[in-house]
Amino acid sequence: MSDEEDIILSELSDDELVPQMHDDLYDGMKEEIVEAVNILLERGWQPYDVLTKALVEGMRIVGIDFRDGILFVPEVLLAANAMKGGMAILKPLLAETGAPRLGNMVIGTVKGDIHDIGKNLVTMMMEGAGFEVKDLGINNPVENYIDELENGDYDILGMSALLTTTMPYMKVVIDTMIEKGMRDDYTVLVGGAPLNEEFGKAIGADAYCRDAAVAVETAKEFMAKKHNQMSA
Amino acid sequence: MLVDDEMLTEQGLDASGHDSARVLVLACGALAREILALFKINQWTHLDLTCLPAKYHLYPEKIVDAVEKAVIQYRSIYSQIFIAYADCGTGGLLEEKCKELEVEMIAGPHCYSFLEGNEIFAMTSKDEITAFYLTDFLVRQFDAFIIKPLGLDRHPELIEMYFGNYTKLVYQAQSKDCALEIKALECAKKLGLPLEYRFTGYGDLQSTLAGIKISN
Repeated sequence: MSDEEDIILSELSDDELVPQMHDDLYDGMKEEIVEAVNILLERGWQPYDVLTKALVEGMRIVGIDFRDGILFVPEVLLAANAMKGGMAILKPLLAETGAPRLGNMVIGTVKGDIHDIGKNLVTMMMEGAGFEVKDLGINNPVENYIDELENGDYDILGMSALLTTTMPYMKVVIDTMIEKGMRDDYTVLVGGAPLNEEFGKAIGADAYCRDAAVAVETAKEFMAKKHNQMSA
Repeated sequence: MLVDDEMLTEQGLDASGHDSARVLVLACGALAREILALFKINQWTHLDLTCLPAKYHLYPEKIVDAVEKAVIQYRSIYSQIFIAYADCGTGGLLEEKCKELEVEMIAGPHCYSFLEGNEIFAMTSKDEITAFYLTDFLVRQFDAFIIKPLGLDRHPELIEMYFGNYTKLVYQAQSKDCALEIKALECAKKLGLPLEYRFTGYGDLQSTLAGIKISN
C-alpha cells in the first residue's frame, strides 16, 4: 500500500494524513506513525480521536486482511509494533484527558506457556478500544489470576495459550473461580492458536476469541449486556 | 535410501511397496530419515514407510484429515498401519481419529518428547518451558520451518517479539554429526539464544517401532 514517492507527512491535510496513517500502519512503519501522531496532536486533535480514527481504524483494516488471509502474522506484528509506537505517546495523554472507559480487563498467558504475541495484540487492541487492561504476562498459575481479580475492579478475565499441552490449564482457573463463587462476576474470554469455540464452551468460558479484533467486539458485546442488565 | 529434505517437507514420501512389508508406518516427513535408519539398523524388513509432508508441523490442523486419508488409501495394501505421530498439536483429535480407524500411534505430546523419551521429557520439560527445541531435521530445515514462516528473513527485527521469552535453544540430536552441531550453533545465534546440545538418539521412537505387534 506504500507509495513510491516520498511523502512529507506534515504537508498533508488531516483528511489526507489519516488515510496515510492507515497505510503506514498496514506497512508497519513505526517512525512514520510516531511522526503522524505528533503532527495530529500539534494540530489540536484530541488524543482519543487520534487513537480511534487513525490507529484503531488502521489496525481494524489490518485485522480484516489478516482474517481474510491477505496479511500474515509477521505483517500483523509489524503493524502492531507501529501502533505501539503511537500508543506510547497517546497513553499518558489519554489518562490525562479522561477518554471514555468501556471496562476493565485482566489478561495473561497460562501456566507453562511463555507465548505472548497474541495476548499482547489483544491487550493493545483492547486498550485502543477503551478498555483498561492489566497484563499479567506469561506463565501464570491460577493464584495470579485469582489474586488480581480479588484485589482489582475487573469486568473481564482473558486467558491465552499457544500449546495444546497448556490450554487445559484454562479450565483449572475457571474451576477455581467456580469453587470460590466468583465465576459469575466476570466475563471469561479465551484465545490462542490451538483453541476453538468447542473448547471454550467445554471449559466453561464465556467466549472463544479467534483473534484480537474478535476479542474487542466480544468484550464490547458482553459489556453492553452487563450495562443493560444493570439498568433493567 | 537417501531422502531429500525439501521433498519430505513439501510432499512427504511414498511407500516403497517392497514385497516383504506387512506393516506400513505412516509418519511425519520430519521423521523419515530416522525411521529409515532404524529399519536398516534393525533389519525391519516387515515394515514399510510413507510420510506426510513435514510442513504439517506448522499446520497441525491438517494432520488428522491427512492421516485419515492416507490410512484409507493404504488399508487395502498393508495388513496393518502404524501412525508415527504423537499428539503433535492436534489437541487429542489425532488420538480420537486413530481409535476410530483402529490404528495405533506413538504416545506423547510431540516428537521432542518421544525422541528424548516421554518419561524423561515429562520430568525435564517442567523446568524448561523457556526452551526452544530443534531436532536433526529442524536444524537442517531451519530456514524453511523457522526463519521463512515467521518472516524473519524479511524482518529480522521481529526476533525479539517471537523469541524474547525463550532462554535457550535445545538441539536434540538424533545422530552424531559435527556439521549439524555447527549448524545448530548458527541457528541459536540467529535467534540470539545460547545452545544446549542434547544427544537423544531415537528415544521412544525406536522402542515403539520395535514393539509393533503384527496382528494375524
